[in-house]
Amino acid sequence: MTCLPAQPSKKLGLVIDLDTCVGCQACVTACKEWNTGGHMAPLTDIDPYGGHVDGVWFNRVHAYEHTTEHGSRTVNFPRSCLHCEQPACVTVCPTGASYKRASDGIVLVDEDKCIGCKLCSWACPYGAREFDTDVGVMKKCTLCVDRIYNDNLAAEDRVPACVAACPTSARHFGDLGDPASAISQLVDERGGVALMPELGYKPTNKYLPPRAHSGRAATVEAPALEPIRAEGGFLGWIDRMLSN
Amino acid sequence: MHPAFSVVFFTTATGAGYGLLALLGLLGGLGFIPADFWLGLVGMALALGLIVAGLLSSTGHLGRPERAWRAFSQWRSSWLSREGVASVATFIPAGVFGIGWVFLGKSGGWVAVAGLLAAAGAVVTVCTTGMIYASLKPIAQWHSRYTLPAYLIFAAMTGSVLANALLQGFDLGSMAMLIWALLATLAGWGWKLATWRYNDQLEIPTTANTATGLAGGTVRSIEWPHTEENYLLKEMGFRIARKHGAKLRRITQLLAFITPVVLLAIAVFLPWPLGAIASVLAAVAQFAGMLVERWLFFAEAKHTVTLYYGRE
Repeated sequence: MTCLPAQPSKKLGLVIDLDTCVGCQACVTACKEWNTGGHMAPLTDIDPYGGHVDGVWFNRVHAYEHTTEHGSRTVNFPRSCLHCEQPACVTVCPTGASYKRASDGIVLVDEDKCIGCKLCSWACPYGAREFDTDVGVMKKCTLCVDRIYNDNLAAEDRVPACVAACPTSARHFGDLGDPASAISQLVDERGGVALMPELGYKPTNKYLPPRAHSGRAATVEAPALEPIRAEGGFLGWIDRMLSN
Repeated sequence: MHPAFSVVFFTTATGAGYGLLALLGLLGGLGFIPADFWLGLVGMALALGLIVAGLLSSTGHLGRPERAWRAFSQWRSSWLSREGVASVATFIPAGVFGIGWVFLGKSGGWVAVAGLLAAAGAVVTVCTTGMIYASLKPIAQWHSRYTLPAYLIFAAMTGSVLANALLQGFDLGSMAMLIWALLATLAGWGWKLATWRYNDQLEIPTTANTATGLAGGTVRSIEWPHTEENYLLKEMGFRIARKHGAKLRRITQLLAFITPVVLLAIAVFLPWPLGAIASVLAAVAQFAGMLVERWLFFAEAKHTVTLYYGRE
């Protein structure tokens, strides 16, 4: 049913720390590895060893240069489904294949009902959904729904594959609907933000902006390189010969 | 946005088909157009043929067309589903009207009721098509107050020019229909110019700053997550060179508006069959022009996901 459920009290989601993400792509590969055998399997690759590599990924890490009056810095930016509270990708779906779970707010696609019209990917401002041209259906992040409730896994492994893989703990998983949860407190503490709030999709996932520059970093004065002086002698002769 | 030909043809053909169906239902049902068998047969075949060809073309855009029937289920939330329901529902009064008007040679009474219902169904279906695009917030050029009226105006325009060509072809044309088609084309031209002017100065509220949550200053993309174009860039990141955009806008205006206006104006003064030839040429030129217009509608639309790839 593509009508949205009454607002679930539980809002499972991710919080991503842009201060500590080092852009190592471990979350990207861990996601691909788990999910190509998981709920939305396969994550098809087209021409994987050829000249026009393409394929389905649920998580992609961009890199940006953020320049303010305090200076510039590189920010690594993982982008995946934000499991919005107002997911237009769900309401535009003509078949009922896209749905938002009433129990925990996870947005999923029922691959057996998807007709591959791609309208949901047009309705998502974040580019979270990717079309599988091989299977002919739309695919997206499942928040590793087949891990987080999986009794066959050890309790500490019942987190999304991207969270488990992150070497700098830049990715956090939890219930953002519970203000007392560790993840909600982290968002409060660090001033976590929603992406494109002006569009009104109310993303569940939040991003923690990089911490402010401390201004305590040592400045290293390196002398500028000087232009090569014209030399005499043998090296000068070689220089003149090669310059001709 | 990637201009898939299946969708470009679908929206253009069904727009013209529903426009023609609405006019035939309205004018034929009420007896303003005589219940002539061959005129009716060709007219209804043209209208329904354009609609069916368009709907079939739209399934070419699907990854799993064999499941297309599922699209009738979510009319409570989805404009695409509503379009599917409205398009199929419109076939019922259209069929009843066709039987009465074409095969029984009747107008008025139940034929008029069926004709009016078919016309209403045509208008509703075109509205649902327009709303599919107008409801998409990530695409500012579509999520605008110009989109829904554009679909209605262009359906009325192409339907009227087709209806005029049809009536002229059977030597049943009227000055009123000819002038109406001319005015509808001028209205379409005006609306397209106003839309382009609005889109060209459109200020999109989303920026790379709000897209990344990095407040203040500038956010410059320095590395993509992938080296080749992926689905997002192929589908949502379609770009059109500025010089081609300007040229295609001129081609659109020439084919869809200027040529039909000139031909229809000349047809006012020409006897049959010269007036009929001019009217048919006007319809053909306009349909070709509207295909270019619809291609541009997609190609010039910018999706917010391109912000992540450093494309303003």
